[in-house]
Amino acid sequence: MKSAIIVFPGTNRERDMAIALERASGRKPAMVFHLQDALPPGTDLVVLPGGFSHGDYLRCGAMAAQSPIMRAVRDFAERGGLVLGVCNGFQILTEAGLLPGALLRNATLRFLSMDCHMRVERADTPFTSHWQKGAVFRSPMAHGDGNYFCDDETLARLNGEGLVAFRYATPEGSITPAANRNGARDNIAGILSPTLRICGLMPHPEDLVDPLMGGTDGLPLFTSLLDSLASA
Amino acid sequence: MQLLPAERAAQLSAEFGLKQDEYARVLSILGRSPSLTELGIFSVMWSEHCSYKSSRHWLKMLPTKAPWVIHGPGENAGVIDIGDGLAAIFKMESHNHPSFIEPYQGAATGVGGILRDVFTMGARPIANLNALRFGSPDAPRMKRVIDGVVRGIGGYGNCVGVPTVGGEVNFHPAYNGNPLVNAMTVGIAPRDRIFLSAAAGLGNPVVYVGSKTGRDGIHGATMASTEFSADSEEKRPTVQIGDPFTEKLLIEACLELMATDMIVAIQDMGAAGLTSSSVEMAGKGGVGIELVMDNVPQREEGMTAYEMMLSESQERMLMILKPGREAEAEAIFQKWELDFAVIGHLTDTGRIVIRHKGEIEADIPLAPLESEAPLYQRPTVETPKQPVLDAATIADPLGALPALEKLLGSLDLCSRRWIWDQYDSTVGGQTVKRPGGADAAVVKLEGLDRALAMTTDCTPRYCQADPEAGGAQAVAEAWRNLTAVGALPLAITDNMNFGNPEKPEIMGQFAAAVRGMAAACLALDFPVVSGNVSLYNETQGRGILPTPAIGGVGVLEDARQAVGLALRPELDVVLVGETLGWIGQSLWLREITGREEGAPPPVDLAAERRNGDFVRNQILSGSVVACHDLADGGLLVAAAEMAMGGSTGLKLAAPPAGAAAAGWWFGEDQARYLLAVQDGAALLAAARAAGVPAMKIGRSGGGDLVLADGSSISIARLVAAHEATLPALMNGEAA
Repeated sequence: MKSAIIVFPGTNRERDMAIALERASGRKPAMVFHLQDALPPGTDLVVLPGGFSHGDYLRCGAMAAQSPIMRAVRDFAERGGLVLGVCNGFQILTEAGLLPGALLRNATLRFLSMDCHMRVERADTPFTSHWQKGAVFRSPMAHGDGNYFCDDETLARLNGEGLVAFRYATPEGSITPAANRNGARDNIAGILSPTLRICGLMPHPEDLVDPLMGGTDGLPLFTSLLDSLASA
Repeated sequence: MQLLPAERAAQLSAEFGLKQDEYARVLSILGRSPSLTELGIFSVMWSEHCSYKSSRHWLKMLPTKAPWVIHGPGENAGVIDIGDGLAAIFKMESHNHPSFIEPYQGAATGVGGILRDVFTMGARPIANLNALRFGSPDAPRMKRVIDGVVRGIGGYGNCVGVPTVGGEVNFHPAYNGNPLVNAMTVGIAPRDRIFLSAAAGLGNPVVYVGSKTGRDGIHGATMASTEFSADSEEKRPTVQIGDPFTEKLLIEACLELMATDMIVAIQDMGAAGLTSSSVEMAGKGGVGIELVMDNVPQREEGMTAYEMMLSESQERMLMILKPGREAEAEAIFQKWELDFAVIGHLTDTGRIVIRHKGEIEADIPLAPLESEAPLYQRPTVETPKQPVLDAATIADPLGALPALEKLLGSLDLCSRRWIWDQYDSTVGGQTVKRPGGADAAVVKLEGLDRALAMTTDCTPRYCQADPEAGGAQAVAEAWRNLTAVGALPLAITDNMNFGNPEKPEIMGQFAAAVRGMAAACLALDFPVVSGNVSLYNETQGRGILPTPAIGGVGVLEDARQAVGLALRPELDVVLVGETLGWIGQSLWLREITGREEGAPPPVDLAAERRNGDFVRNQILSGSVVACHDLADGGLLVAAAEMAMGGSTGLKLAAPPAGAAAAGWWFGEDQARYLLAVQDGAALLAAARAAGVPAMKIGRSGGGDLVLADGSSISIARLVAAHEATLPALMNGEAA
């Protein structure tokens, strides 16, 4: 696994992501500053981490989506490269048009920082192969704008083509309004591109990969990626 | 230089808050009438906020040294050795006045300011904490203040990516017109890479970095040095506006620059902005400094030298670079899209000279600006002692479990989840104990086994009743909270929030609180390494409760040894420490009988030390599953908090024969802990050997809290009472 973490001005979870990737793969990821116009040679996974790129001014992710490095990320994705966007990274992927929909202000109109549970909607993807379909896992989340929104047509396509990766759920796996703290459509926490090579999600599995921090629920995301790259 | 006419100067000096004799000193130092800029500089440097003129005399009594203290008070923040070649750098600071006028920005910029105090010394901030005091929620504007302060702290801390891991909140009508917002930051740096503020090197460039200077916050320090009045709303322009995004860039740029050898000295521009940073840096270094205002990056057109020197625009730093390194340093700040400007140089004149548009706007000798700064030993009156109350003489209207349910839902004891759910507590990936999980927050050091524990503590109602006992208790509770997670307590920062020091009874509270704190610091080897004083916390003549908030930091050599407070099934529950049933000033007395009176619990420092050292040793030996100190609400509240934390019930033994029930269950005797262990008998034997009072009081299991008389209440019902209060109060308060 030769991963690259993109650092925008205001990115703040790049170190968390590096810890999780290194824990899963034993290799330190490259940190790539947004002004660079190329990824390190041999990169096989690009991660857009959490934070407040450009202060979330204008719209979350809107300015970062126009950064020089994003052209390289887009080319990488078009060639079938694996791209993971978490939290602000998910917002940037939607702003860049690499994933459909948008992340709106939380329905509570408050920043939400707490553990949530997610149900894994399919296990046959590079991001989810180390879970069973229907598995429920715990993850911290921390965002002000995580309320996933898309139009009815897009929603029908996401559901119909199985492009929803994760939904907010109760610890027992029920999809309920109470489990859907930010008000996302259909409890959507994370989605996939039609190629299954791009994934964006709001919560932070990278912050739950160590028993010392409360658990390893988030680790399968990273070991899945490692597995998929090793067997590619 | 354009000097002010004598009459105008005298009138302005009063408006700027200088007393008559202080202004006379200005005239004698200058030997002439001041310019407007000079008068501005004197008035902010000699304000209570910057000069500590009422408090310095007393603060000197606080112990500040220990073998592990690298830099005590006097630098931007305190610095202690935490092993592995690392230093912890930390401080707590108030933003009380701005947070009442404009809650969101006041609290946000409080967080921003304390972050800068820490990273200016070379540390990467790893944790934020806070200590908040609000008025009664039904007081005018108070819900808006609570909502705005919480949003502001979250808005800033979440964006800069520093986890907010702990804090404390009290509610009391004494804060109705003057809430307190104290923010604390803890950072980590290599112990041989600490950056100080003393300027040096004749001719060395003075460099300004960060945001541009605007007209916001002019005279903020002066505002913070007076009482509030009905027209405080008009002071809104003195509140600064924060930009956490710029702060985040400033952290990264400064740390990148600090990895080189280009910096001679560096200080953030906090209260009194460019004035205090330039005066203090040159003053500490014993050099002169000359600044050209034309070179200051400006946000607005037509700013005067006076406005630029007095502005408290946020996210700015001042530094002295080694000569010839300007271009290299500038490249780093350009990368992070921040302003960088050489605005002056160091001189050998011992004076600060301000130039603007070809004119000299100020020319002040630095030595007397500091040495002749006013220092007051204000008159003090001792707080009268309150009577000691006997629990046996006080009627118990409810009985133990109904009182417990009511207490757990009361404002001072209810769950703080509504607050901490708005703070990102996990960013950084090192948070071992999150808010609510343990008596202190525990944050691991990235890549190492070592962790820091941190807490903020004060019990203002104790301080009001007996400031000396209250001061000692605040320090002891911080020490106890660190101990209860297994950490070795190392040092504290203090945030002294008091009323008007010109009133002898207020100054008496201050002096007594310092005495109590000093005694506790000495007895517990827990020195003060940094701090902040906020006086004049009064509105229309009504003072707050004396609130010496303590921020404590301790170290765990192995983060895996940290314990939380969550109870697990099938464990013995052991009470460590002596219970007399001290009911005076207890929350039970206030919430259940409506009486806020009596002497607060005394602090036996020898017992604190003995009991705490015993508990820590037990935790480090690995035999303790959960630990919780006994504080507000006493034994039954602590036991319920452990039960709720682990969703596990427990059965408690009857009070000892002869003990008044309310005193036993709800008394607030100090130096006590509850420990949950596999083998209670072994723990009791160890306690006996160590000369520590201990008794087994219960056994965990099931889903109910059960008393020996057969009465019981489900843990789920306690959780419901505990969790309902703040959401019910605040959820209507949307943005």
